[in-house]
Amino acid sequence: MHMADALVSPAVGAAFWAASAGIIAHSSARLRKQLDDRKVPLMGVLGAFVFAAQMINFSIPATGSSGHLGGGLLLAILLGPSAAFLTIASILMVQALFFADGGLLALGCNIFNLGVFPAFIAHPFIYSKLIGREPSQSRMVFAAIIAAVVALQCGSLGVVLQTFVSGVSSLPFDTFVLLMQPIHLAIGVIEGVVTALIVSFVYRARPEVLHSVIKEKPVGELPVRSLLTAFLISAALIGGLFSWLASEQPDGLEWSIARITGSENLPQPGLKAHEALNAVQEKMAFLPDYTLPEGAGLDKNQRLGKTLSGIVGGALTLVICTLIGIVLRRRRQG
Amino acid sequence: MLAIDGSFLDFKQLDLLALRQTAVHRLDPRAKVLTTLCFIVCVVSFDKYQISALLPFLIYPVTLIAVGDLPPGYILRKMLFVLPFALLVGLFNPIFDRQVILQIGPLDIWGGWVSCLSILLRAILTASAAIILVAITGFPAICEALEKLKMPQAFAVQLLFLYRYIFVLTDEGVRTARARQLRTFGRRGLDLRHFSSLVGHLLLRTWERAERIHMAMLARGFSGEVHSTHKQSHFGKPELIFTVCWVALFILLRLYNAPQLLGSLFTGSMQ
Repeated sequence: MHMADALVSPAVGAAFWAASAGIIAHSSARLRKQLDDRKVPLMGVLGAFVFAAQMINFSIPATGSSGHLGGGLLLAILLGPSAAFLTIASILMVQALFFADGGLLALGCNIFNLGVFPAFIAHPFIYSKLIGREPSQSRMVFAAIIAAVVALQCGSLGVVLQTFVSGVSSLPFDTFVLLMQPIHLAIGVIEGVVTALIVSFVYRARPEVLHSVIKEKPVGELPVRSLLTAFLISAALIGGLFSWLASEQPDGLEWSIARITGSENLPQPGLKAHEALNAVQEKMAFLPDYTLPEGAGLDKNQRLGKTLSGIVGGALTLVICTLIGIVLRRRRQG
Repeated sequence: MLAIDGSFLDFKQLDLLALRQTAVHRLDPRAKVLTTLCFIVCVVSFDKYQISALLPFLIYPVTLIAVGDLPPGYILRKMLFVLPFALLVGLFNPIFDRQVILQIGPLDIWGGWVSCLSILLRAILTASAAIILVAITGFPAICEALEKLKMPQAFAVQLLFLYRYIFVLTDEGVRTARARQLRTFGRRGLDLRHFSSLVGHLLLRTWERAERIHMAMLARGFSGEVHSTHKQSHFGKPELIFTVCWVALFILLRLYNAPQLLGSLFTGSMQ
């Protein structure tokens, strides 16, 4: 599943953008060092192949529904880690731009979830280790299933964590995990079977295609440490910066704190400090939002009035936006 | 079958829109990429219960659709395709967030519904911004802009290659899927065994194509970068005005809730 812009907070989006950009830079540098320019057209065409293969559906045994190939693990098997990662990242970028699938701010999250796990973890540490030198068909299927399951479980856990940390969705963490992980377990098994069948077909038809990849050293130095450091630093920096900026605007957390302290609808005598803070906040804010936290101190009618003005203003804004659009268009055509 | 061809044609049409010649199409792609990113960051930085302050941001897609001479119906249709994914998660909010935040007469409004609506609005704004960016810029130009903004060259080359061959190979994928559908009645032939040999053949053809391309590239003296044929643009005065004006507007709209201000003029409910 792709993360969507609508569910991601700027801090999470930016941290994963930084992480993914770092890994893209690292992979590009590594690819350059390999000096194998046969891979340049191969990566591009295989990326396009994943798009093409996704247009062909298959029926999922015993369910009656149909699915399509994901392709991350297949690319890792055919291309090796760095090249596969760049190819997956490029596919996700095309999807984000042409289909608005995921979105531009969530692109970093998506590249991380769907690229890092199959290319840098599932393939080198699981698939390559399990498959050995002279792979048999059953061994290939086994290795691919385990690798695909691990990659997809990590990826979906990534989606859950990013959604949870962003805090736009109200899904509790445990519910979301219980929802996502079993679905992705099933998807992982199917992805593994399909990947293994395609790979073994290619292996029978043109073994030399796979030999070149098997012979290639699976992992040189994996950038785990530098990657983690860069990620942590950027997350801390950006998180700190944004939370400082964001604290000027009340957010959902403050609201839920206000909720827990019970100041909503029930002004309690013991919470004078909170009310005083509210008053200060209201004075500081040039124009308080009609949303919740400041509303806590107001009585019902006032709050309704604020909401009403929000709705009236919102409707007027929509009308104005539409009018501007129509006028600009008329002027163009006229 | 029609659905496959349909979504594919959609894809091509978006690419063709980028060939139009309007004031916004002519701007340097860097200006448009940076402005779009600013727009998205401003939109998603609101707190989860915000609705009214998000509405004025519609001015950005609306203006670009009008000035860029884009078909509004087409953009809208593409958005409708994306929205269900955001809604899927958004619809859980009313289930888990039942705090009553507002009462209008006998009607209780839960926080979950407000945040769900907010998610929907965010999805509309961010998805339209991405689609419009491609429609007024074009994919190769976006790659060029990102390369000028220090994206690694190997990745830029990969994006350009992918873009070039997506059309060729999706054509092939569509032909394969159609041929199979015409020969299989009902659901027969859709099982994994046939699927894997079908896709395996497609993969082998793809691999051979890559080898041919590589030889053709060597024959033409490929040295690691793809040269674009269209004119070099530079970041000049119009680009500066475009970027600064929009970003200033986004920041203003982010800081001040314009609809609230406007509404209170009419309802007089300010303190």
